[in-house]
Amino acid sequence: MTVLTTHNLVRIYQNGGVPVPAVRGVDFTVEAGEFVAIMGPSGSGKSTLVHMLGGLDVRTSGEIWLDGKRVDTLSESAWAVLRRRKIGFVFQFYNLVTNMSVADNVELPALLAGMSPRESRERREYLLAELGLTERAYAAPAELSGGEQQRVALARALANGPRLLLADEPTGNLDSRNTRDVLRLLGEVHGQGQTIVVVTHDAKVASKADRVVTLSDGMIVDDASMRRRRRPPGSAGDVVELRG
Amino acid sequence: MRLPLLALLAKEPAHGYELKQALEQTFGGAYPSPNIGQIYVTLGRLEKDGYVRVVDVEQSNRPNKKVYFLTAAGREALEEWVDEPTEGPRVRDEFFMKLVLAPLTGIADRMALINRQRRHYLSLMRDLTELAERTDPGDRVALLLIEGATLHLQADLDWLERCQEDLVT
Repeated sequence: MTVLTTHNLVRIYQNGGVPVPAVRGVDFTVEAGEFVAIMGPSGSGKSTLVHMLGGLDVRTSGEIWLDGKRVDTLSESAWAVLRRRKIGFVFQFYNLVTNMSVADNVELPALLAGMSPRESRERREYLLAELGLTERAYAAPAELSGGEQQRVALARALANGPRLLLADEPTGNLDSRNTRDVLRLLGEVHGQGQTIVVVTHDAKVASKADRVVTLSDGMIVDDASMRRRRRPPGSAGDVVELRG
Repeated sequence: MRLPLLALLAKEPAHGYELKQALEQTFGGAYPSPNIGQIYVTLGRLEKDGYVRVVDVEQSNRPNKKVYFLTAAGREALEEWVDEPTEGPRVRDEFFMKLVLAPLTGIADRMALINRQRRHYLSLMRDLTELAERTDPGDRVALLLIEGATLHLQADLDWLERCQEDLVT
């Protein structure tokens, strides 16, 4: 089942009257349960693409279909409703609401998506426990480390049980230990059937994906299935030797 | 493998099989396991160079055991190795040669080469990630070795991206 499709998606910015194409005709489909990584040099259009998919940027032409419905023609307020109900978004710099507790940051999107207060609380408790953050529930975001804040941001993005989880460089600001925690969580929710599209330059993130799509100059230049073609290495030694 | 063997012998005299085990214990699964033949060949060369001496130890009901000792010359070579800075990785990348020379041959386009290489690096990265997940979290030496390999691989991928930016238009 298809969750997301784009047809000939284009985004052109105006820079002092000069048109600057950022995305130049992207045809892209994501099936339910797929984990897709989008890579490419900076300026290749990957962030613009994922922002358009989440309704945070407006396409110049082309179509976006989410869950069988055309969404690129929606008004800003209709997008806001759609995001509350169907989309989770994780950014590089967390973007938590600073004057709300960790618990409220996570609970709010569940409430906004229409869950009852009890369901919302249970969902929040479950997600924070999964992320090892139960102890931090009543802290303010500013009291947390960057890695903890990003885990909260991930919990928040998953609070409404989104059809589609979008992430833009979710490990871009994290050290290797926090990257590992965020990756483990992405792997877990993907294992539970979560559909994920993540923009990343981090090969550790991309190597977790089912598919890696590469952009260059606003166009898709590679769409690689990462399904395993060869036997996994028997021991670490084999891998290190390959790289040695 | 010469210097690592000298380093192990600096701690205590040992026979070949003990050295193999000590290497495996120190580096865990992340180090290519040396075979015992390689170890004896290396020990033979070290002996010829005067870095180790060998003593036959008699054992009841078994053939004699060859126990290796570090000599003064061996200790000197070891100290020199430990004290001198180590060369970093050099860029003598075969893929880069292909990428630069391919257009001259007319047999491959650069974007296709880069795409294939990226897929290869990413599948290596996945192997490393899985390896790290399978490795005992207490095995810090092995995990650091794997992390080193992933950092090198990430650098290779970043460089591939730069090649894509500058060489493919």
